[in-house]
Amino acid sequence: MTTDNRPLSPHLQVYKPQITSILSILHRATGFALAVGTLLFVWWLISAAAGPQTYAVVEGFLSSWIGTLLLIGWSFAVFYHLCNGIRHLFWDAGRGFEIETVTRSGLIVVVAAVVLTVVAWIAASYMRGAL
Amino acid sequence: MADRGSQAQIRGLGSAKEGAAHWWAQRLTAVALVPLVLWFVISIIMLAGSGYGAVYHWMGSPFVSVLMILLIGAGFHHAQLGVQVIIEDYVHTGWLKITCVALVKFAAVTLALASAFAVLMIAFGE
Repeated sequence: MTTDNRPLSPHLQVYKPQITSILSILHRATGFALAVGTLLFVWWLISAAAGPQTYAVVEGFLSSWIGTLLLIGWSFAVFYHLCNGIRHLFWDAGRGFEIETVTRSGLIVVVAAVVLTVVAWIAASYMRGAL
Repeated sequence: MADRGSQAQIRGLGSAKEGAAHWWAQRLTAVALVPLVLWFVISIIMLAGSGYGAVYHWMGSPFVSVLMILLIGAGFHHAQLGVQVIIEDYVHTGWLKITCVALVKFAAVTLALASAFAVLMIAFGE
């Protein structure tokens, strides 16, 4: 029995892009981005434990334009993965499988993730005294 | 089948009947992470622009330290389970797949321990 020529996932190129498939791959992409982003989280924690001089380096990086860009992307990834993760938990419970429901919950997740990201940055700017 | 116990035959022949534990752990950590991540994000927003002293003092309180360690544990466990599935889906060379999965798991444990240790250093230094 040979197993070398079996088709292997994923065969994305044979499917027409749809909201369901795009949001599905976005869930994976944001999850992976968050996993890589934990490096920043670990750096931040270790620097906080190390002392104010070390912490100032992280703070400087995070407030630079590249750091801010990473944080904006990361915060969207957090909110998207969180909202879509809750959508997944509903599916795991056997709910929301109707096509219209899947499309609607997908749209809700995208809107919620964008709104939460914007609200979070407005709130953070307010706390900083920048607003 | 004279040699049905051989590894060459077993490899790649389907389920090893261990998927349920992985699936369940991913869901349990997901459920735990919903409140933990919300709490963390709101806390970070509240701390924005407040400087080193405020962050250090916040992290050092027992309530925050415990929640941080829970976030670290659930977060890294969830992350490595997820990255493992990505590797299993996209890396098709047997030895490379196993090597990548192993490295991700080692990295997750190391980073989680380093993070938890940093939190404890702050908690006991406060």
